[in-house]
Amino acid sequence: MSRVDIKKRFAPILREATRRTEEKKTDGIPTIYIVMSTCGLASGAAETKQAFEEALSHKSIEARIVPVGCLGHCYAEPLVVIDHPTSGLPPICYHQVSAARAQVLVKSYLEKGDPVFKYVLGATEENDLIPAVMDFPRFNLEQRLVMEQCGRIDPNDIYQSVAEGGYGGLVKALGSAPEEVIAEIETSGLRGRGGAGFPAGRKWRLARGAGPGEKIVICNADEGDPGAYMDRTILESNPHQLLEGLAICAYAIGANQAHVYVRAEYPLAVKTIQQAIKSGEQLSLLGSSILGTSFNLEVIVFQGSGAFVCGEETALIHSIEGKRGMPQHRPPYPVEKGLWERPTVVNNVKTLSCVPSIINRGAEWFRSIGTEKSPGTAIFSVVGNVIHPGLVEIAMGTSLRTLIFDVCGGIPKKKSFKAVQIGGPSGGCLPESFLDTPIDFDSLTEAGAMMGSGGMVVMDENSCMVDVSRYFLDFTQKESCGKCTFCRIGTRHLLNILDRITKGEGREEDLGLLETLSKDIKSGSLCGLGKTAPNPVLTSLKYFLDEYEAHVREKRCPALKCRALTAFYIDLEKCARGCDVCVGCCPVEAIFTTTGRKKAIDQELCVKCGECMVVCPPEYDALEKVSPPELAPIIERSPEKK
Amino acid sequence: MTTPELDGEERARVEEITAMLPHFEKSRGNLIPILQSIQEKHAYLSGAAMEMVAEHLSISPSEVYGVATFYNQFRFHPPGKHQFKVCLGTACHVAGGDIILENFVRKLGIKDGETTPDREYSIERVACVGCCALAPVAVIDDTVEGHIQPSRVEGIFVQFQVERERQEREKAERESGE
Repeated sequence: MSRVDIKKRFAPILREATRRTEEKKTDGIPTIYIVMSTCGLASGAAETKQAFEEALSHKSIEARIVPVGCLGHCYAEPLVVIDHPTSGLPPICYHQVSAARAQVLVKSYLEKGDPVFKYVLGATEENDLIPAVMDFPRFNLEQRLVMEQCGRIDPNDIYQSVAEGGYGGLVKALGSAPEEVIAEIETSGLRGRGGAGFPAGRKWRLARGAGPGEKIVICNADEGDPGAYMDRTILESNPHQLLEGLAICAYAIGANQAHVYVRAEYPLAVKTIQQAIKSGEQLSLLGSSILGTSFNLEVIVFQGSGAFVCGEETALIHSIEGKRGMPQHRPPYPVEKGLWERPTVVNNVKTLSCVPSIINRGAEWFRSIGTEKSPGTAIFSVVGNVIHPGLVEIAMGTSLRTLIFDVCGGIPKKKSFKAVQIGGPSGGCLPESFLDTPIDFDSLTEAGAMMGSGGMVVMDENSCMVDVSRYFLDFTQKESCGKCTFCRIGTRHLLNILDRITKGEGREEDLGLLETLSKDIKSGSLCGLGKTAPNPVLTSLKYFLDEYEAHVREKRCPALKCRALTAFYIDLEKCARGCDVCVGCCPVEAIFTTTGRKKAIDQELCVKCGECMVVCPPEYDALEKVSPPELAPIIERSPEKK
Repeated sequence: MTTPELDGEERARVEEITAMLPHFEKSRGNLIPILQSIQEKHAYLSGAAMEMVAEHLSISPSEVYGVATFYNQFRFHPPGKHQFKVCLGTACHVAGGDIILENFVRKLGIKDGETTPDREYSIERVACVGCCALAPVAVIDDTVEGHIQPSRVEGIFVQFQVERERQEREKAERESGE
């Protein structure tokens, strides 16, 4: 079929999509967009939606409610955008819209025309009346390519995606030869967003050239990294962009079967992608003879059952085949012999989501973003101790400092920056001196961390690096599949040593042991999990050796985090006579009344949860936390009160 | 397969699985989807269930057990009526997720992965639910709750207690009204 015929087939779909959008623009009915992805729902978006519905029907106001995906601004959830065309105001974005605020908005804005300025985050378009969100650094320092439509369209309405250019890339690709598509991706320099950064175009070419017979595409959405959730967001917010990328890839390599491997822990993402596949098939954008061509593509959703190692491609393939998800030796690489022994391309969600815009706007345009060796953008979930956590998409090459301090607002509560952990359990902790490192595949690996799938946890002065390493080892030790001895037993020993150190039982020789053992695990493991598992230990040893030494030699946790090495006590000078807020909140009844109706802590009972420190009224601020625990003055509880 | 004496509940489960299995093609690739749909229905995988799956796919029960135990998703004991999943992802860990877990553990007197003897509550630790910006997070039944404080744990139990008492009262009222 010629290019013209394919376009002709697509034309009615595009027409219908445009008609629907135009209708919305001209009928004057207000539209309420509510962010209803997993984090929105966790912040109460479902209650907000219900409140809007009730308030609208109560006041008999006509308005459309459109549930949309995530905007990435998790700190301000639940987010709502109200487009009220007859008010003369631009669409306005509201933050933290609780059920009560929803009612206020209906009454004040939709009924009376007052946009309630105190709840406004900003307008979503440039205008003269209300400051636009684009003027804020959290918005204008970002460069959105993959997440451009996230939170702006209804993920369950394929026409909204088409109206924004969705499936245009597929139409263009189907009109060209598969080799041309591969060449375009190769020229664009797109590198795999799953962590390792392998050139996507080369992978496709290898699969296409892997002899005759059927090929398979797998989209890796097994986002097992604790602290990363960008794949989930893309699946929940713009599934059609991913499906389009998947279809283009399948066409290019000659596959008729595609699998989307999603974590079962993401029920909403599973539901959204299944729905999206169904609507794609209905419009003949997926399924058999796509847009009238001879190209067929069956897309199957496979729910991963929660094993971190299945993020590794050979383990993932075993998992789809119904086996234990254990990695195998490469070569043969999956592009030669993958799922059911067929040549298989495994690409990450973000990699495939980049594809439609590369095909649409050209490889040169893609190359113009980011750096020479890592073109395009990077998506990070920036969480931990930052003021504006959430998902951020920035051009490659942006410095860590810009990302953490300018885009995400820096460290809250006037605390100081200590480290940033990049790349999850496989990555490393970088100290302040690395803040000017540009974010790209090669620079981060050089610094000892890695791009990983894009999890970024920012830590302030109260985070203990030894404890963080222990946490990651606890994770990798549990997730090690057990195939390689060094990974299986080595990580266990690393964990034991770190456990010991955080409990104040560390020995002088432990520090050297940690390092040699880490290096042995790296060289004695088959897959990425084992090869990178010691990274958190190695980087923290390199950059935060003083903290390890304080734990081992002085039995002291400088960050006051390790619970065995800290103690709470109440400063009797500051404690208020007769106040007993802390008594009620203590889960173990460790707080008792001592002389002068003041309070003290029974150190034997205290579990160091820190709740008393939270509730102690700021005007007294009587709780103190110290390390080592011996520094806490001991106040005996009278025997009859025990 | 020898079937020991089954109580009514178990027999119903076995029947349900018998009815479900023919819908799945007898291919190895279906093993995980079958296990998932059984767990979705019954909330856990019993020994009998795994044996039935093995028979259906003509593989050994140990093979099924081997696969099921490999993945974190599968449970082998019936969970409680109310399930608490405490997230221990990186962001939650930094924000004190372990303290939240400890509060549940202390309150119920069971470890994570266990169910209270009255089958009312169970606790699980999960690696990451992907709501890191709201850390620390816990999933109470099916609701994700963010920014959870240690004292909130107590509140959750009070809430369940109040709810249970209300239901009992209503039940009593209904019965007396009849």
